[in-house]
Amino acid sequence: MNAKTIPIVALDPGRQRKREAPKGRVVDPAALAEVQQLLGAASRAPDLLIEHLHKLQDRFGHLSARHLAALAREMRLAQAEVYEVATFYHHFDVVKEGEAAPAALTVRICDGLSCEMAGAGDLLARLPAILGREVRVIAAPCIGRCEQAPAVAVGQHPLAGATCESVQAAVAAGRKTDVPAGFADLDAYKLEGGYALLKKCIAGELDVDDVIKALEDSGLRGLGGAGFPAGRKWRIVRGEEAPRLMAVNIDEGEPGTFKDRVYLERDPHRFLEGMLIAAWAVGISRIYVYLRDEYHGCRAILEGELARLREAPPYPGMPEIVLRRGAGAYICGEESAMIESIEGKRGMPRLRPPYVAQVGLFGRPTLEHNFETLYWVREILEKGGAWFTSHGRHGRKGLRSFSVSGRVKSPGVKLAPAGITMRELLDEYCGGMQGGHAFYAYLPGGASGGILPAAMGDIALDFDTLQPYGCFIGSAAVIVLSDQDTAAGAARNMMRFFQHESCGQCTPCRNGTAKASALIDKPKWDLELLADLSQVMRDASICGLGQAAPNPVDCVIKYFPQELA
Amino acid sequence: MNAVTRRERAALDAPTVEFTLNGRAVCGRADEPLLEVARREGVEIPHLCYKPGLEAVGNCRACVVEIAGERVLAPSCCRAPTAGMQVSTDSERALKSQRLVLELLQADMPETAYTRLNELDHWAAKLGLGKPRFESRVQPSQDLSHPAIAVNLDACIQCTRCLRACRDEQVNDVIGLAFRGEHAKIVFDMDDAMGGSTCVACGECVQACPTGALMPARSAALALPDKQVESICPYCGVGCQLTYHVKDDKIAFVEGRDGPANRGRLCVKGRYGFDYAHHPQRLTKPLIRRADAPPKRGDFVMDPDRVMDVFREATWQEALDFAGGGLKASRDRHGKKSLAGFGSAKGSNEEAYLFQKLVRTGFGSNNVDHCTRLCHASSVVALLEGIGSGAVSNPVMDVTQAEVVIVIGANPSVNHPVAATFIKNAVKNGTQLIVIDPRRSDLSRMAHRFLQFKPDTDVAMLNAMMNVIVTEGLVDEQFIASRTIGYDELRKNVEGYTPAAMAPICGVDAETLRYVARLYAKSKASMILWGMGISQHVHGTDNARCLIALALMTGQIGRPGTGLHPLRGQNNVQGASDAGLIPMMLPDYQHVARPEVRARFEQAWHLAPGTLDSEVGLTVVEVMHAIKKGSIRGMYVQGENPAMSDPDANHARESLAALDHLVVQDIFLTETAYLADVILPAGAFPEKTGTFTNTDRLVQLGRQAVNPPGDARQDLWIIQEIANRLGLAWDYGHVSEVFDEMRHTMPSIAGITWDRLEREHAVTYPCVKEGDPGDPVVFIDDFPREGGRARFVPADIIPAAERPDADYPLVLITGRQLEHWHTGSMTRRASVLDAIEPDPTALIHPLDLAAMGGRPGDVVTIESRRGAVTLYARAEEGTPRGAVFVPFCYYEAAINKLTNAALDPFAKIPEFKYCAVRMRPGGEAPDQGSYGGGQLLRAAAVGA
Repeated sequence: MNAKTIPIVALDPGRQRKREAPKGRVVDPAALAEVQQLLGAASRAPDLLIEHLHKLQDRFGHLSARHLAALAREMRLAQAEVYEVATFYHHFDVVKEGEAAPAALTVRICDGLSCEMAGAGDLLARLPAILGREVRVIAAPCIGRCEQAPAVAVGQHPLAGATCESVQAAVAAGRKTDVPAGFADLDAYKLEGGYALLKKCIAGELDVDDVIKALEDSGLRGLGGAGFPAGRKWRIVRGEEAPRLMAVNIDEGEPGTFKDRVYLERDPHRFLEGMLIAAWAVGISRIYVYLRDEYHGCRAILEGELARLREAPPYPGMPEIVLRRGAGAYICGEESAMIESIEGKRGMPRLRPPYVAQVGLFGRPTLEHNFETLYWVREILEKGGAWFTSHGRHGRKGLRSFSVSGRVKSPGVKLAPAGITMRELLDEYCGGMQGGHAFYAYLPGGASGGILPAAMGDIALDFDTLQPYGCFIGSAAVIVLSDQDTAAGAARNMMRFFQHESCGQCTPCRNGTAKASALIDKPKWDLELLADLSQVMRDASICGLGQAAPNPVDCVIKYFPQELA
Repeated sequence: MNAVTRRERAALDAPTVEFTLNGRAVCGRADEPLLEVARREGVEIPHLCYKPGLEAVGNCRACVVEIAGERVLAPSCCRAPTAGMQVSTDSERALKSQRLVLELLQADMPETAYTRLNELDHWAAKLGLGKPRFESRVQPSQDLSHPAIAVNLDACIQCTRCLRACRDEQVNDVIGLAFRGEHAKIVFDMDDAMGGSTCVACGECVQACPTGALMPARSAALALPDKQVESICPYCGVGCQLTYHVKDDKIAFVEGRDGPANRGRLCVKGRYGFDYAHHPQRLTKPLIRRADAPPKRGDFVMDPDRVMDVFREATWQEALDFAGGGLKASRDRHGKKSLAGFGSAKGSNEEAYLFQKLVRTGFGSNNVDHCTRLCHASSVVALLEGIGSGAVSNPVMDVTQAEVVIVIGANPSVNHPVAATFIKNAVKNGTQLIVIDPRRSDLSRMAHRFLQFKPDTDVAMLNAMMNVIVTEGLVDEQFIASRTIGYDELRKNVEGYTPAAMAPICGVDAETLRYVARLYAKSKASMILWGMGISQHVHGTDNARCLIALALMTGQIGRPGTGLHPLRGQNNVQGASDAGLIPMMLPDYQHVARPEVRARFEQAWHLAPGTLDSEVGLTVVEVMHAIKKGSIRGMYVQGENPAMSDPDANHARESLAALDHLVVQDIFLTETAYLADVILPAGAFPEKTGTFTNTDRLVQLGRQAVNPPGDARQDLWIIQEIANRLGLAWDYGHVSEVFDEMRHTMPSIAGITWDRLEREHAVTYPCVKEGDPGDPVVFIDDFPREGGRARFVPADIIPAAERPDADYPLVLITGRQLEHWHTGSMTRRASVLDAIEPDPTALIHPLDLAAMGGRPGDVVTIESRRGAVTLYARAEEGTPRGAVFVPFCYYEAAINKLTNAALDPFAKIPEFKYCAVRMRPGGEAPDQGSYGGGQLLRAAAVGA
């Protein structure tokens, strides 16, 4: 097209505007050309909307209305369809006509509970003045680096144990990306016997039924938090009509959780092999891997290693593996919200039934798994289901990867027997409390798993063991509070988080998280009203977010009445 | 309201299951929402986001119920029963959540009530809720930027009923739910002011909103109406059923009704275009041209506010005597053929029937026609010739059953907006849509393929597709052999039209032509819908012949979801033609040349044998020429405006001015009425009762909602009074008596009784015997031609009558726009429609405009060999390069002054879709008079 520029006039429903052009925002030919160039030969299928929005955000630092309108035209979507998706995700900055674009560099300060305890508030208060107008400083919900609290991301560059000085230095040095190092790449993984198991499966040396049986024997359950038995899930999806799809959840967003990142940063192919074995066993035709946007380093690893794998596939006819990038939305860790997001939509959970195993991604039967569940497949199959069940304490079986953070001396991912108690975990794996801190309370399962007092530190930590106490283990994200913290403060942090992360679909969660936040910000809590609110959120919310959001508040009322007196 | 939802689409033959509801054993279908089963059983469950006809989404959670064995409560709108399920809608736990949900929403409601029917208040009262205990959210501000709709988001509960109405039902895709959590917000486009968005104001969102967050502007729906009248829409051929809400003998607002053609949906015209009937310029007294009036001239400039400069008031007696006397005198002095009558496709069947009867028996000739000549005459000729019936083979709704739908030469989202919604629904359900048009319409965004072919190359393109079907053996041999004649000639004729040879001519690459031809031919059910882009050419009949041949050679006709559908333009253009308001046919397409037909009507009408004229009468454009020649001296024009709608309008106006005696019957002082000798003030659509036949062959009842203003009278009465002054001695009482006479002369509708219409509102014809259900799909076994066989008619390339050249390098395409109707006499006096589109514009590609040195919104002048207009240039990318599109509804820029009166030889339809023009920046800005330009609402705003 001839690159003539046609003047675009600001939107104004006035009479002259009506004369000039048809209704609504006119597509600017220059913006359209920019979008076309940026997208190149990439597919314009609607499920790629979020991917394409990332391209624009990365390239221009924000999403201008003119680019969004051009993208809508290019993808044959309505402007509303593009806009509602762009404004749903935190990592997109939509800038409309006449609005100022954000600074080119954004510093995200994690204000998750562990980082808050480690001084995020101080960073948030001081950094804007230190970094000046050229840098945008904003609070971010948990970025999955709780063991490094306070964690900060300068652009895409993560800083552990951040201080004003270290952030300033990173900004000055222009470090904006996350370059991964020290992981086992394809060659290294193969060298230690990687993909041999997968090849045996493909070669028919292993029988699908035996593999599923071994998995069932191991008692391996979904490690994203729901705990659904993995082997049974394979059997169910395998029984559904082809084509069947697979969706892998690495949207590790539960505050306090970072185990998937840690494993992925070390040994990505162990997970990929497990994933391909699952795909083989279940008969999957295409795999989508959904990675939270905060894990820029992991993305670089996966992009690189998946490219190598495609170049030298462990077997011919390996299913297509599509890597999808989240965009800053905790809710997309919910399995059906993640499916919506992969389809290029707002991450709004679906109503069930139907279950994703029957009607999932693109309406197809879908095997959805958390990263870690797949990470264990190889070892379990190599060593046998009994090996996995040989671990465990207090009558529980298996291994758990606890993400431990907070006031402990040695935070990090702790691979420990299922059923271990908080006190045991603290003493045996975490080197006890930090100096000057006394064990006061703990969150056994991230933001949604509730809060328990130190006096209840002898409960076995596993699936199903915490329900009697109104808590659950979820993704095994353990945050430890000390005598310098309060449970009410933690509950406020959590409810603020849920309020921020509610998708807004259903009334109990959308209105409930906001009203609950307002109620518990008051010095005196209206316990009767909070109890009513808690019940409607638990009983009537669509998904786990709203159903579990009242847990911290209810725990404070139940176990920490002294704080409310 | 009744959208085609996935649930409906699935149309499961779901088994009935037994389960318990509040301890009681009940039965329900396994795909039926629990909420509906409960409702049937007399158990009410509060609900807000659920609305029958819209996809159930279960987001409000007001309808949650307890199901034994389930961890959490379940939304009863989204859950169906299973055998043995134990459901409790009124347990303490269920009630607590139902109440809390309502309380949470109530806490955020404004003090102001925006609607009389707030569903949230209704359920809160029902459950006995007190004052909400939660603090309110920070309230968003009102958006009053749109002329039709007020946006009060402080009353929004994020139930997304509006979004689903906009996106799932109407598929206008304007409304989104943006942001998240407590900030989740209903937005238009990119959170734009509604008035500045792409909103087409169909108002479906308003009809869907439960809390008044979206309401008719200016609180139009807040007052309690005196009555509701079930009627239909007066505009296009879709035939939407609606309800007039009437207060103080005025229409306050309109809502969609669940009719077979619209399922509760409406468009901007149907919903917001009603107040023309109450416009101050309505004619309320009979008017006679003043003796001292200036002489009639074709190049007049008129002002409806200054009627009295030219006319004087008269009594009905005087006016009717003068009108009828003048016609009678002309007939008696100059002969029967010196008179002609134009009826209207906007009038009822009964009016059309009486009007043609008046001309045929009172004037004594077949010189009767109406605007069908200007829209689908060529389609009708081709259809009658090819398959023996001028009407559609399948209703629009059949697109939902088609695998492939071709829309060619039509812009239904503008001209048949509600029909377009069903096409879009079909696409969403998997139908492959092929849009073929020189202009890129809104619908093309949803198309599987969009073929932007060069204007005027229809036959080349369609013959190339047929060439592919023949060459690749995709024809339906059996269908051709058993049900058609003439295939061999057609086959030979398309031999030379290879895709490769035609591609450069029509501007669509050969591979695409092949692809679309294969897709159409191979699908289980393909349907073609077309509009005036096909018909308004000198080769309009040939264009339609090609479409018919495509359907016949592939056997894509005669089954549900497969057939031919010319989208009829006006609300009753089908019915008016059926009723014989055309010069070659007596009612029900019985040709005037056939003696047995004339004998039958002479008997039915109690006429002496030999009374009826056997000669085909003159068509619309022929009448204008005949006036110039002096052979037509007097005319009776009912509700038509040829001075605006005829091609080469300057010529048409000169003709009208040259008449000895012109009687015009209308509701406003139209451009045609301005040239009249006597004007008879008629009733507007909502002021009368009658039947109207939509594009689907659906006969529907329009019911009177308000009284005519002043001394204005219903058309039927006026026609009868004129007839009596021509010596006919008619004595029809109620309109139903006319209908009854019609059905006894028209076999197609013989089975439709007035009682049934009163009861069912709508009956499809053919309906031959009383009690027949009516056939929406026809030609299942045979075609109504001799031997029951359809006929192929080959067509060759005939170029447009006037091609662009060095002097006039652009192609002018004329047509309509969404908000305005025909010549604008009604819609430009409808306050909302006029406010949305106040000014005349010429749509031109932005690059063509820039090349000309113009900017969007500039005044430009367009000239043809016949005339010139000035108007505003609207940059629009959908317009093809080298062409300009102008709607013909603007009196201040009457584009038909430029169009070419060249006619299709078979159908006598003029070539509105193609003539040569030139365009330059500048000129005198169009001069708007006493209506248009958005002045009604501006005045209302100043007054308020």
